[in-house]
Amino acid sequence: MSYWEFLAEYLPKLASGALMTIGVMICATLLAAAISILFGLMRLSRNWAFQGPATVYIEFFRGTSLLVQLYWIYYVLPLMGLTLTPFVSGVLALGLNFGAYGAEIVRGGIQSVPRGQWEAARALNLSVSQQMRSIIIPQTFPIVLPPVANLTVELLKATALVALISAVDLMFVAKQINATTWLSAQTFGTALLIYYVMARIALIPFLRWLEVLAARKVGKA
Amino acid sequence: MDTIHPQKIAQGGPLVRFADVTKSYGDLTVLDRLNLDIEQNEMVSIIGPSGSGKTTVLRVLMTLETINDGVIYVDGEPLTHMPKGTGLEFASEKYLRDRRSKIGMVFQQFNLFPHMTALQNCVEAPMKVLGLSRDQAEDRALDLLKLVGMEEKKDHHPSRLSGGQQQRVAIARALAMRPKVMLLDEVTSALDPEVIGEVLNVIRSLNSEHSLTMIMVTHQMGFAREISDRVCFFYEGKIAEQGTPDQLFDDPQNERTKQFLHAVLDAN
Repeated sequence: MSYWEFLAEYLPKLASGALMTIGVMICATLLAAAISILFGLMRLSRNWAFQGPATVYIEFFRGTSLLVQLYWIYYVLPLMGLTLTPFVSGVLALGLNFGAYGAEIVRGGIQSVPRGQWEAARALNLSVSQQMRSIIIPQTFPIVLPPVANLTVELLKATALVALISAVDLMFVAKQINATTWLSAQTFGTALLIYYVMARIALIPFLRWLEVLAARKVGKA
Repeated sequence: MDTIHPQKIAQGGPLVRFADVTKSYGDLTVLDRLNLDIEQNEMVSIIGPSGSGKTTVLRVLMTLETINDGVIYVDGEPLTHMPKGTGLEFASEKYLRDRRSKIGMVFQQFNLFPHMTALQNCVEAPMKVLGLSRDQAEDRALDLLKLVGMEEKKDHHPSRLSGGQQQRVAIARALAMRPKVMLLDEVTSALDPEVIGEVLNVIRSLNSEHSLTMIMVTHQMGFAREISDRVCFFYEGKIAEQGTPDQLFDDPQNERTKQFLHAVLDAN
């Protein structure tokens, strides 16, 4: 079987797996983004009722293995009466895990805004939430976007783990094809290529565009 | 702690009063039972060696930092404290927000918002804090940018402005809140020598044509002498000596003042 024949036969299947990968990736990224902002801000709070839980959360999810977290959500939660589909489990594990890293990026981004900016905003009598929204947060975008881009590409590649809890993603489909055809080089080679195309052709240019946009917003481009 | 009783400040009395104000960081006392009155329309310069508490005077008045003891009054009522029964307690953030707009501050490092144009820098707070419409805020901002000679650069971001230009926009931004008292914290110290003049000119015109109440911390002795109604020499958190510019510069009484003036004037 030539490689072209292989593609003709299996590419549609791989493509449907890739769609699932993209779905997991988008949902997990949105969840991680929401968690990053919420917990990043909580980490900065002077109130222990906010700071404490955020610190515990971040330490826990950064300090333990993503795969084990995934298995916990998919295999252990049902024992406690909560059964989730592979898709939801995958999104949850990835979102919670990457959200913990993202929260630290958000915290660092906010802390890197010079103190003088806070003071100028306060001297103009903006409220604390106005200071945050109109002065501080917009300035964090150019700072956090490069590490956020890194993390997002990492997340895309980490979605392959959901194949292990039988979510029918690109990796899962590839394993199925490999099991029936034993054309390992073609199968996993094509899977690699598809991951690369998703990251390099779609995701990275998009994130790069966001960075340029943010830099232009602060008048640096 | 004993109950602090508010002082009564008569109509037409001082616009700003520091009453026995103490500020310390741990063991370090930066302001030591400071008493200072600033009259309406007065231009007061604060000079002194670094670490003497000059800048702290402005920072506690702007409520960027809290004081440990004493009370600061602005416009006839306590600022750092609020009434509780017959006495006073430390002001809440809400109490401060209702009063902080009476004070405007210009910083040594300008602190313009880098993601906003010069104009946006000047309309942000008037819209959000004073509730002006965009048109009203822009009209006001353009007038002020014209006043500081920055009207043509209104759509530039701070990164495209020189230090002197940034500082002039920062002055317009502070004025846009119509403060009753302006605080100028070493506003020319971060500037290249050739652009100091343009900022001093703006302050000069604010003083002569707009008779604004201003408190200025400065190292520009010549300028302080030319423009001030009163000069205060700070030493170790206290006013060691104060008087009209002529008194203080020509006939200082305090040994510390003499030494300080000797050192800085020789250096020039």
